[in-house]
Amino acid sequence: MTTLLNNLIDNNESEQFGILDEYSKREIRRAVLTAVAVPGYQVPFGSREMPVARGWGSGGLQITLAVIGPNDVIKVIDQGDDQGVNAVNLRRLIVQSTKVSETTTAAKSSIVQSRHRIPEDGLDQRHILVLQVPVPEPLRGVERDMRELARMHAEADYSKMWVSLYEDKVRNGVITQTTGYPCLVNDRYVIATTPIPRWDIPKLDHSPFLTLFGAGREKRIYAVPPFTKVEPLTFEDVPFEVEKTEGATCSQCGSNSSFLVEIPGALSRWVCSDTDWCERNLEGNL
Amino acid sequence: MTSVVSPEWVLKVNQLGKIFGGLSENGLALTGPETGSSKDPVTGAIVAAWNVSFEVAAGEALGVVGESGSGKSTVMRCIAGDQSSSAGSVQIRTSPNEQIDVLSLTPSERRQLRIDKIAVVYQDPAEGLDLNVTAGGNIASPLTAAGWRNFSSIRSRASELLLRTEVPLNRMDDVVKSFSGGMKQRVQLAKALANRPPIVLLDEPTTGLDASVAAGVLDLIRGLLEEFGLAAVVVSHDFSVIEMLTNRCIVMNHGRVVETALTDQLLEDPHHPYSQKLVSAARA
Repeated sequence: MTTLLNNLIDNNESEQFGILDEYSKREIRRAVLTAVAVPGYQVPFGSREMPVARGWGSGGLQITLAVIGPNDVIKVIDQGDDQGVNAVNLRRLIVQSTKVSETTTAAKSSIVQSRHRIPEDGLDQRHILVLQVPVPEPLRGVERDMRELARMHAEADYSKMWVSLYEDKVRNGVITQTTGYPCLVNDRYVIATTPIPRWDIPKLDHSPFLTLFGAGREKRIYAVPPFTKVEPLTFEDVPFEVEKTEGATCSQCGSNSSFLVEIPGALSRWVCSDTDWCERNLEGNL
Repeated sequence: MTSVVSPEWVLKVNQLGKIFGGLSENGLALTGPETGSSKDPVTGAIVAAWNVSFEVAAGEALGVVGESGSGKSTVMRCIAGDQSSSAGSVQIRTSPNEQIDVLSLTPSERRQLRIDKIAVVYQDPAEGLDLNVTAGGNIASPLTAAGWRNFSSIRSRASELLLRTEVPLNRMDDVVKSFSGGMKQRVQLAKALANRPPIVLLDEPTTGLDASVAAGVLDLIRGLLEEFGLAAVVVSHDFSVIEMLTNRCIVMNHGRVVETALTDQLLEDPHHPYSQKLVSAARA
């Protein structure tokens, strides 16, 4: 027998605004405030069980449900796609449990929850961008000891990160890390910008909007407050480059200035990752 | 503390002590060479080192000799900051105006010293190197810690150091775990010298290498100590190492210094019975 989500929510006797109880919201908001006060610092929080599996955006979902209010307008994307299965499910969950309105256009939203992208346009100081983070620890690849990791962050001792960039360049000729590229925030903490591609990193630097990173499985929240310096780690003589395929254009809207993803096939095609932007571009409506 | 300070020293260790556990009232009298044990018979505490004092000047190498368990490595680890000490002071003077009281620093400040003031070469390359990283990457580690951010400058400094420590440059981009024991020690030396530290501590740098390889590494170390005018502390149980590298040395037994002498003198005419035993064993 199938129980509709609506029924589940309606039958809840103490009908909560946005699933979380008020104590949980307060705890998450406190972690968010700490994260904003110390840009880039990973704040531990009591990650709750959510009606989605850990690793499917439970961290982002908890932040969204803790900061959302009745007048907010929500946009949820998976990759850049509003219609991805996970995006649709999360959006439905948020909208049905809070009755807020939804949109696919970033400019019309107030909160954007995203798995991999920062929307191509439309975000300004009115917006909160919530990112679902799988691995919040940028140093996980170079150090496994938790105490040592804590020490490295506390002392801003990031030489192991630099050695790994050096090794990457030596072994591959270029720095190959794509998503989750390590960035120095506010000249202090190195963060993992996972899950966004390099393409979106320049948008974080001195961005007018607030970015909140939530890792539900790893129980960490961190933030890039508005107008904060975000600097990708790179050597002076090895410039930071974003992903770009020469000559590729979107097979739908013809754009060559947006982040493109490849649809593999006999004749592989490129399309805009941000589907809403692509449609508006096609309509001449940007 | 003595008020007379010799102007030359770069590293000064004064009455350094390290005790593991709680000592009984007469614990110090109940331990040491006279009693033949560093273990307090009442509480079981271990006096790993006690009342160790010496000075080392630039361009000078001091040997610390003794059998295993005598406390020589403990002394080195206390100076390096790998271990906390229980008593005494360690001071370094890197310029006439800069004198640092090492033991009063926070753990974080002590780690800073390891970047460009005090370098350590360990017996086990795995302690001093990241074996899964290339030779160049291991040298990049102290360089980036000191603020180097230019890839080609790091490359050229690393190759300059590897050239100096006689590591073939075509191995620069190979992971260190694929290297022979002798070559690993050469990479450790290159890494130790990366930021031109004034002080280097060598803990059994050639133990575990076969004789001919060890001789080559010793030759190299001697050349580097002279060339860079380093103040060095060489910890070893091996008299051929001490003889080749050091001018002066202290002999440790059950955590105490039993003899301080010029190295030549010690080898020709050891005074303390324990030193005599050590020297005759080495000569046999």
